[in-house]
Amino acid sequence: MSILIKGGHVIDPANKIDSVIDILVEGKKISRVAQNIQDKADQVIDASNKIVAPGIVDMHVHLREPGREDKETLASATAAAAKGGVTTVLAMPNTNPAMDCPQSIELLKGIINKTAVINVFICGTITKDRAGYELSEIDKLKKAGAIAISDDGSSVDNDELMSEAFKQAKQAGILVICHSEDKKLSGKGVINLGFNSTRLGLRGISAESEYKRVARDIGLAEKNLARVHIAHLSCKESVEIIAKAKQKQEKNVTCETAPHYFALSEDDIVDYDTNMKINPPLRTKEDVLAIKAGLEQRIIDVIASDHAPHTENEKEIEFERAEFGKIGLESGLAISVMELIDKKILSWKELIENISLFPAKILGINKGTLSIGSEADIIVIDPNQEFILEKKSIVSKSKNSPFIGKTVKGLVEHTICNGKPVYKYNNGIYR
Amino acid sequence: MLWTKKDLLGLEQLTREEINLILDTAESFKEVSTREIKKVPALRGKTAVNLFYEPSTRTRVSFEVAAKRLSADVINIAAETSSVRKGETLVDTGKNIQALKADIIIMRHNCSGAANILARNLDISVVNAGDGWHEHPTQALLDIFTLKEKLGKIEGLNVAIVGDIAHSRVARSDIWGLTKLGAKVILCAPKILLPVGIELTGAKTSSDIDEVLKKADAVNVLRMQFERDEGAAFPEQLEYFKKFGITQERLARAQKNIVVMHPGPINRGIEMSSAVADGENSVILEQVTNGIAVRMAVLFLVSQAKDIKK
Repeated sequence: MSILIKGGHVIDPANKIDSVIDILVEGKKISRVAQNIQDKADQVIDASNKIVAPGIVDMHVHLREPGREDKETLASATAAAAKGGVTTVLAMPNTNPAMDCPQSIELLKGIINKTAVINVFICGTITKDRAGYELSEIDKLKKAGAIAISDDGSSVDNDELMSEAFKQAKQAGILVICHSEDKKLSGKGVINLGFNSTRLGLRGISAESEYKRVARDIGLAEKNLARVHIAHLSCKESVEIIAKAKQKQEKNVTCETAPHYFALSEDDIVDYDTNMKINPPLRTKEDVLAIKAGLEQRIIDVIASDHAPHTENEKEIEFERAEFGKIGLESGLAISVMELIDKKILSWKELIENISLFPAKILGINKGTLSIGSEADIIVIDPNQEFILEKKSIVSKSKNSPFIGKTVKGLVEHTICNGKPVYKYNNGIYR
Repeated sequence: MLWTKKDLLGLEQLTREEINLILDTAESFKEVSTREIKKVPALRGKTAVNLFYEPSTRTRVSFEVAAKRLSADVINIAAETSSVRKGETLVDTGKNIQALKADIIIMRHNCSGAANILARNLDISVVNAGDGWHEHPTQALLDIFTLKEKLGKIEGLNVAIVGDIAHSRVARSDIWGLTKLGAKVILCAPKILLPVGIELTGAKTSSDIDEVLKKADAVNVLRMQFERDEGAAFPEQLEYFKKFGITQERLARAQKNIVVMHPGPINRGIEMSSAVADGENSVILEQVTNGIAVRMAVLFLVSQAKDIKK
């Protein structure tokens, strides 16, 4: 099969392309990138006035399968991803069973092969069952196919064990992704510690519980000359710590934030909306500005969704009993366009770097580019098309989005993955 | 003005006018309890359900008495003996009560925001009888009603709230209500019992009870809520009584007519001495009486708002 994408504004930071140019896809791969391609193709996409970019690489996604198929499955999550313009995800390992041994990884690979419509890479755990007591066999996880390790959702409290993890990860040549949270400080907190937690009578989570652990994780990585990627930055101090660390250990420290940390603040937690209950929590307006500045100053490398589906039964309950987390695969691009492009924090080229090229580089995967010969993961976006994020149009099995009802901009019209159309606006998902 | 809200969830969201409307309505209902036949037909044919997830005697009974004096039928559900124990969710419980064609749910819950969650999922009225550390609006309304009765006004009063502010829904509701009506609120407690950012409500803070009492027209003394925060740091009891306990000796140095309030139940000898609790400045039992009038007003107004919408 061949697809010709004609007349689109192609933004491919890897190849420094930012102009109107045509792309021809033949089979699984991009075969030509040139002006005015006249070749015949099975499908021609008129991309005039549209942006054509490498598919989004979302390096922080909870797929819930195996174990919690009531929340999400590989089939539903990857369909949601395709709708959101995401062609590659990194699956976080807090499944049941957790991705802490080759057998679990094989199990997940089987499900991916059967049901995924986009590329799914696997993150293994740092410790067995993510319990923080005994290291996983990191080299074996890597051999089984894991491309990173993380105890996401938890942090390894024991400094020596975490240091050993960095050491072994370096030997194995695998990336460590840190959920940096000191539980002794965050305790039973449910929202950011401050006036809002006081006003609402909810236990608070201090920024300190995050940034102190960020500093520790970076310190331990440095000690072992290992690479570290800090997940879901939410507060000003964390950005400052990363900025400093990057001056010293430039290539070894990377980080990500999520759209909700620049689009929402703790002040948006109205009427105890549990879709706003997220860990780390929504912070202050000042923190939101710091996250935006961190993106603008190119301190923050990646925007990832931290897609965390939960059923209504786990969400529409008492705030302190509700699960943490929100979905984000379908809304991430549009929220980023609204908050970062429209507000002139980032250019399109920079946004594409943050959501596609940089995460691919950090993960060491050959994605996030439109290079000739690379697998054709391409999205076509109408940058000016406004639409409303509606509950009824959510493809993900869970509907826990804090953005429902919001008018956004930047509509994904086509998603092509490995040369195959997987989503078209108004036509839905192709399997 | 007309009351238009189907629920009463807290005082933070109310306007000064709405609070005054409740107080004025309470004023006219207060007389009912002094009659030979203590009943008016305002809520005849309506059903009020007391849904209590936390043990409570005074608030539950007060609401029950209030509803009955308005001629409503009252059903009491103690959540620990209901299907909640079988794992039913809050919203499901609420929807079942709604399906029984009840008109008002009066809920006490140990989780902050529980009343908000119930209210947004139901068409019938929800009255918050205390949720976690969040709000206890009818308690604050009865505090304000009592103060107004005693001192003639709220505007310009210096009102001290002493004690466990951190875990107190009464304190939060009092702060919103009193400041909206123009009183100056000062919170007096050891640092660990003053929650982060509380001064952004408009209240001031202090750790010197004797200074605070000198200027206060009224003092609301809170109970130490040890049961609300397992593992949290609390001041040692005797030490607390020494530094913050309201005693006759302390009151002797305060304004002569200072009004002493307490939402009950009292830990005698921890936050307040028995002599003060039973002394001539104490209005603690009047608060209990006024609670009925205030709750009658609230039940009447939310019910009326529902009827207007129909």
